[in-house]
Amino acid sequence: MNTDFSTAKVRNKLSPLKLLIWGYIIWSLVPVIIAVAYSFNDGRSRSVWQGFSLRWWFTDPHASLWHNDAMRNAITNSLILSFSTMLIVTPLGITLAIGAQRIRGRSKIVVQSLTSAPLITPEIVVGAALLLTFTRLFTMIPLGYTAQLLGNVTFSLSSVVIIVRARLISIGSSFEEAARDLGATSVQALRFVLMPMLWPSVMASLVVVFATVIDDFVITSFLSSGIGSETVPLRIYSSVRGGATPALNALATLLVLTSFTVLIIGLFGLSTWRKQHGERGGLRAALADVTQMEN
Amino acid sequence: MIKSPRLWTGLAIPGTTWLITLFAIPFYAVACVAFGTIDPIFRDAAPQWNPLLWNLDQAQNILVSLTSGPLRGVFIRTVVYVISAMILSFVIGFPIAYFLARHAGKRKLLLLSLIIVPFWVNYLMRMLAWVNLLSPSGLFSRFMSMFGINYNWLDGSPTTVILGLVYGYIPFLILPLYATLERLDWRLIEAARDLGASSSEAFRLVTVPMSKAGLAAAGVLIALPMFGDYYTNDLLSRSPNTEMLGNQIDFYLNNSTQPQNGALLVLVMSLFLAIFMSFYLRSTNRFAKETVK
Repeated sequence: MNTDFSTAKVRNKLSPLKLLIWGYIIWSLVPVIIAVAYSFNDGRSRSVWQGFSLRWWFTDPHASLWHNDAMRNAITNSLILSFSTMLIVTPLGITLAIGAQRIRGRSKIVVQSLTSAPLITPEIVVGAALLLTFTRLFTMIPLGYTAQLLGNVTFSLSSVVIIVRARLISIGSSFEEAARDLGATSVQALRFVLMPMLWPSVMASLVVVFATVIDDFVITSFLSSGIGSETVPLRIYSSVRGGATPALNALATLLVLTSFTVLIIGLFGLSTWRKQHGERGGLRAALADVTQMEN
Repeated sequence: MIKSPRLWTGLAIPGTTWLITLFAIPFYAVACVAFGTIDPIFRDAAPQWNPLLWNLDQAQNILVSLTSGPLRGVFIRTVVYVISAMILSFVIGFPIAYFLARHAGKRKLLLLSLIIVPFWVNYLMRMLAWVNLLSPSGLFSRFMSMFGINYNWLDGSPTTVILGLVYGYIPFLILPLYATLERLDWRLIEAARDLGASSSEAFRLVTVPMSKAGLAAAGVLIALPMFGDYYTNDLLSRSPNTEMLGNQIDFYLNNSTQPQNGALLVLVMSLFLAIFMSFYLRSTNRFAKETVK
């Protein structure tokens, strides 16, 4: 470790860096805060302030977020898609992560490269490939909700595997071995020893998948079919450059609020779990779980 | 090691089957459409499922167009935009990650949380925010016109698109950079300093080589989505003057009657990025090995 003298010297020298970091934070957040503020604008403009009102959130009988059919439809579609993807991909990812880590031989390489491939494939490539597949090969699957669900599961499967694998590595095999020595079968060891210990990674996966899918644009857009499968990001995309009212800002704000609510619930759950089970880390470890920083 | 291979194979099967059916086979489908034929009656692409009968005519046309025809400009523009955005992202992102990992002190958790926030703000919301600011009546445009700069930022300006890409993807660079730098053994840098290296020498000769693999991996992590991006361009420019490869793919597959061209461009993009991907895999492997040591 440094002596106090040298850290003090370093700290004085670093003011331009400090300026940069705060400048960056302002640059990255203030435009979004302004966009949120304009959802409360009293006028039709999304860039000229005309006083505060809740007109675009609630009171306008047709155009407000609360009353507008197209926006409500998009919100419903987004929520259904995110929840259903989350429910399918989490068990699929957990089993795949355990299996991929433990199988041996040539199939291990095949399974592991197949699992990491989606992570290094741009979304547009996956979206385009699935679009061509559903329109020309698996034609029994219509574009729209079903195709979007299958696409989002495919694209988010790898992130679940990564989160769970990190946890598997940190758990190690000694607990299961102990259970086996005490007479448990491998299925019992898996069910009663490993699964409970995997819980934080399950929670982190649920949060990450929900947030990824509710924010997803490319795959959901490639696999959509008209208004019936329009999600919130699609709605934003198609109206940003038109003459949309501040209700669009309200819709985008709601989307952000939803992700943050899920994130905060997840972080709270994770740090509570850690505390109850005597694991170190608290909030910081929980943050690392959901941002996949320490894998 | 626990012995029960059948259980582990059983656990891997559902996920693997899913990925074969909906990831590997779709790639094959892209090739079959790309190397297929055009249906003479419906003028639609007819995929050729037998690789022995693949037809390379249209592929040749696309390659000619990419190297010396109308797509050449699009291709070069994509590369130039992505590289410029990458350089800018590193110039801004590296010092930030460095500061966070090394000197943030007591404020670390606060700064880290603030930097993670954009991660959780929808990408389109962040673009919408800039469309509002940059529109002719927007705050930024009005601010600039106070200095006599009247410029339509949202009508085919390459600067806007490149800065949009930086704004969009830089959070995804800063976090992995931070994770890399945080894991460095800073005692080695102190040792270099003790042995007489100046701080810039220690940075150049110790910090950079030690974090090189992580830097490359982080760079590839944002290069891939940038190469495939089309919506940033659509939202911030909408002009053919700034069109990228992704826009062409989107156009051919979603708004035209020539999906074959779209499939071919998807293949071109995948091949081009395969170089980056192998680089990424190799550097993360090397990095993993180094950290294990």
